[in-house]
Amino acid sequence: MVGKVMTREKGKYLIEGEKGKWEVVIGLEVHAQVSSNSKLFSGSSTKFGAEPNTQVSLVDSAFPGMLPVINEFCVQQAIKTGLGLNAKINSYSVFDRKNYFYADLPQGYQISQYKNPIVGEGKITLDLPNGTKTIGIERLHLEQDAGKSIHDLDPSNTYVDLNRSGVALMEIVSKPDLSSPDEVNAYIKKLRSIMKYLGTCDGNMQEGSLRADVNVSVRKEGNKELGTRCEIKNVNSIKFMQMAIIYEAQRQVELLEAGKSIDQETRLFDTKKNETRSMRSKEDAHDYRYFPDPDLLPLNLNKELIENIKKNLPELPDQKKERFINDYSLTAYEANVLVSEKEISDYFEEVVKTSDIKLAKNWIIGDLFALLNEKNISISQSPVTAKKMSQLIDSISSGVISGRTAKEVFEIMKESGEDPNKIIERKGLQQKSDPKELEKIIEKILTENNDKVEQYKSGKDKLFGFFVGQVMKISGGKANPQLVNQILKNKLKK
Amino acid sequence: MSIDKDKIKHVSKLARISVDEKKIEHLTKDLSSIFKFIEQLNELNTDKVEPLSSILNEPLRSRKDEINDGKIRDKILENSPKKNEEFFVVPKVIE
Repeated sequence: MVGKVMTREKGKYLIEGEKGKWEVVIGLEVHAQVSSNSKLFSGSSTKFGAEPNTQVSLVDSAFPGMLPVINEFCVQQAIKTGLGLNAKINSYSVFDRKNYFYADLPQGYQISQYKNPIVGEGKITLDLPNGTKTIGIERLHLEQDAGKSIHDLDPSNTYVDLNRSGVALMEIVSKPDLSSPDEVNAYIKKLRSIMKYLGTCDGNMQEGSLRADVNVSVRKEGNKELGTRCEIKNVNSIKFMQMAIIYEAQRQVELLEAGKSIDQETRLFDTKKNETRSMRSKEDAHDYRYFPDPDLLPLNLNKELIENIKKNLPELPDQKKERFINDYSLTAYEANVLVSEKEISDYFEEVVKTSDIKLAKNWIIGDLFALLNEKNISISQSPVTAKKMSQLIDSISSGVISGRTAKEVFEIMKESGEDPNKIIERKGLQQKSDPKELEKIIEKILTENNDKVEQYKSGKDKLFGFFVGQVMKISGGKANPQLVNQILKNKLKK
Repeated sequence: MSIDKDKIKHVSKLARISVDEKKIEHLTKDLSSIFKFIEQLNELNTDKVEPLSSILNEPLRSRKDEINDGKIRDKILENSPKKNEEFFVVPKVIE
């Protein structure tokens, strides 16, 4: 691919073509699996990783005469998510049949919501490097997931597992307000974080709980009209979404600059070749022939139910961020990082319940995050638990060890998950904080380096560091630095 | 709405029903007259009538979020034309 040039002018993402600059317009349809025990219209389990076809009822496999009965909890989860997205909850919604044939769709149609979704317009606020940006939500509706086709177990056949068939999904459709791969990253992360706070979707992309169809179009910079879009189906990681967008936008720019037009079509992203390509088999598929499902009555929600869910909403990331800034005097950046995942904010709050705030935020954002990155684990898997982090910080605040020694202790905790106090004890890392003991060491050094003392007194201030260094050397790095500074200053004044 | 040959072909393709080429002519006429009959309903003015999704005037029945079904793999697979111990087996479908 030629001319793959991207610029970020004032945070704006542009593709530099041969005939000018192009903007990218992106809208996402996120499919989020509703956290529930049983499926949307049947009592089979939704648990991930079960033996094939063991979580399938006669409803899920579409045996004749089987009738769907809606899971009330899934409805509540959709309402909750809608409220978390500041969206309008529709008291009247309808389930429709979306008709298409595929081996892993035994009904021959998907039960979805078309004209009347359960949730209407809402919004999500993104925190971006150059400020905040609001992304509109078009709608959220409930629908069934399909089964899974497995193509690589047999050379001439496809195997079908219906365990996922009928699992409740929320399709969350954004407005075409996103304009760069970075914004897509921020949007998915924020959406996932909101749903995890709410407990409505576990957001696990590896297990397929969160997938997205990505709509991409391009237009000349400053142009208000939308270009023809292509839909890239079923991308299951943020990285792949970004790669697909970069490829697809570039493809469209090249076509348009060559005087060709874009076909509105469904494409798939080939992760191995890093390219999108047309899904020709889907050509007819857009004729879904939606109609209201005669097996299901319209869904009417009463105000009380909605109000009740609203009253019991947990604190959401944006609110928590405000509170962190106000209560703990954090910067917006620090607060953002600490509320990005519920588990992280819980960890932070547990530590600061008993320990120094400033030390806590620095240790968590710095050393702990580095550890999580290095080991590629989540905070809940950290060998350094909130309680142990608290103990480590307390031993710094109380002067038992210096910040530098604490780093050493942390290195050991990282590997063994050992209690910091035990490490300090076992290794004898406690600081020498007895002024008399330190005074002795200092006096000895000053006597031995009489010449340097004279030079210092005649104005060579830099030598102060030399004296501190000597004390540290003799004490094996364990002298309390604040005390050493204090005593040295006193001694050298005389 | 007029029904022509292409429409018949399109609809039969979507419905996965194979239609004998010889019968298309006849089907087109047949369906056209059926549509003509039904389209008489369009003469009624329904501007102020909400579309009806169901004739039952009662609320949608729901169930609690409980696992009380599944674990019947043998039964599910029993009527499948092709299967193995764990899966439905279908002709290769791959993009």
